[in-house]
Amino acid sequence: MTTAPPLTRYADLPALIGLMTGDEKHQLAAESTREVLWVLYDRVLDVSPETADDPDRDRFLLSKGHGPMPYYAVLAAKGFLDLATLRRWADFDSPLGHHPDRVLVPGAEISSGSLGHGLGLGVGTALGLRAQGRTRPRVFVLMGDGELDEGSNHEAIAAAGRLGLDNLTAVVVDNASATHGWPGGIETRFSGEGWQTRSAPGRDQAALYDALTAPHSGRPLAVVARIRPKG
Amino acid sequence: MRDAFADTVSAALETDPRLAVVLADISADRFTEAARRHPQRVVNLGIREQLMIGVAGGLALTGMRPVAHTFAPFLVERPFEQVKLDLGHQGAGAVLVSSGASYDGAHYGRTHMAPGDVHLLDSLPGWTVHVPGHAAEVAPLLEEALRRDGNVYVRLSERGNAAARPIGPGLQTVRAGSGRSSGVVVAVGPMLDRVLAATEGLDVTVAYAATVRPFDREGLNRLVARAGQADVLLVEPYLEGTSAHEVAAALEDRRHRQRSLGVRRDTEVRGYGTPADHDRAHGLDTAGIAERARDFFAA
Repeated sequence: MTTAPPLTRYADLPALIGLMTGDEKHQLAAESTREVLWVLYDRVLDVSPETADDPDRDRFLLSKGHGPMPYYAVLAAKGFLDLATLRRWADFDSPLGHHPDRVLVPGAEISSGSLGHGLGLGVGTALGLRAQGRTRPRVFVLMGDGELDEGSNHEAIAAAGRLGLDNLTAVVVDNASATHGWPGGIETRFSGEGWQTRSAPGRDQAALYDALTAPHSGRPLAVVARIRPKG
Repeated sequence: MRDAFADTVSAALETDPRLAVVLADISADRFTEAARRHPQRVVNLGIREQLMIGVAGGLALTGMRPVAHTFAPFLVERPFEQVKLDLGHQGAGAVLVSSGASYDGAHYGRTHMAPGDVHLLDSLPGWTVHVPGHAAEVAPLLEEALRRDGNVYVRLSERGNAAARPIGPGLQTVRAGSGRSSGVVVAVGPMLDRVLAATEGLDVTVAYAATVRPFDREGLNRLVARAGQADVLLVEPYLEGTSAHEVAAALEDRRHRQRSLGVRRDTEVRGYGTPADHDRAHGLDTAGIAERARDFFAA
């Protein structure tokens, strides 16, 4: 009896997504978040299934909860989820639905789906870590450019900048899906409030890594990951 | 009550490292000293109520016990989806402390009135709701809430009863009717003194509740069992009938009647003036309660 090789590489993500959707090609092509997610979990975040409850772990908050298949695939590749769980995707009693639920998904820091909640939760998480003197862990929040339409984000952007939350990083995947756009660029929404900003091609893992690890002492960091618009 | 809240929480910050206070400008002046002593744990976010609840959720996710506070409409109604998702759905717990109640700020008009706050929270599972009727009831209710982990709403008002009452988890009997009494009156928080005055000539049991969620169903059932009639008059300082479904559940094993008094649902009372003016408009002054109590129990 042979054991199937574990699916733990970037190249395995299509197969992992295929376990959920039964359709490797189309689903993957549509995903705007897969490189960012992979770079974060593979090279940036200090968190693993063993440290998932460690108060000093890095936090990743998926605010953009739509289309979470790449997220589940990355969590599976990194050992938070097993393959049998992926196969039950979206069943009634599966922990994995079309929007992630932190109470059900091992490794998920927040439940999301309704847009505009992750950054506020991230600001609170960053404040909570700071209040406890935990200076090592970092908080990353992944958002979409359309999600920025929600006014709640702008409350969070302004406050995080003024409070100098340098343990916080917002990653905005920009595929130009916001109906009215962001004239002047998404970066200006953050930089005007005191954030450090970087942008990178959203499919370029090396550039994403550089942007996500850019120093930003005394201020939060916003990384805009540009993806070719859908269409 | 707002001073009692600020004093209680400020004192608790000294001894409980888990505690954090999140503000949206309102009452920030009452936390100046606490913020100076604990700048990382007393955070004024400015006028950002959605963020206030989101931050409370995030703080709780790191193991802290957040307290968020502003006027009731801006604490519960404006960021209601944050209350639903950033607290309940995340499995995160916070203590929300409102002030202003249904119409303490009557002269501000409808924008500053929140008669539906408890009703809204009632649409979410697992909330504890305290409605103290006296400033001295605030500290014990709050201190218990700060020690726990779940979601707690404390509804403060600057109006209330002349004296503090026992604030145990269940209904407290304030005036016992006879075995042939006409029924039971449940007075919530600040309504008690008016209810006592309004029902003075009636043979009814008057029970007081400073905690309405969870509702003391067993206690109400016991009181009704001892009364002459299974008739219950519910007098609440917020939206009429907010706890009617609790009374129905409490008495589902017996034939009963119930009537609910509270802030009227059928119209938006478009007026300014004083809270007393609004009491009259909603029939929540002593005369209005007395008239409807007599009518109900005489039937």
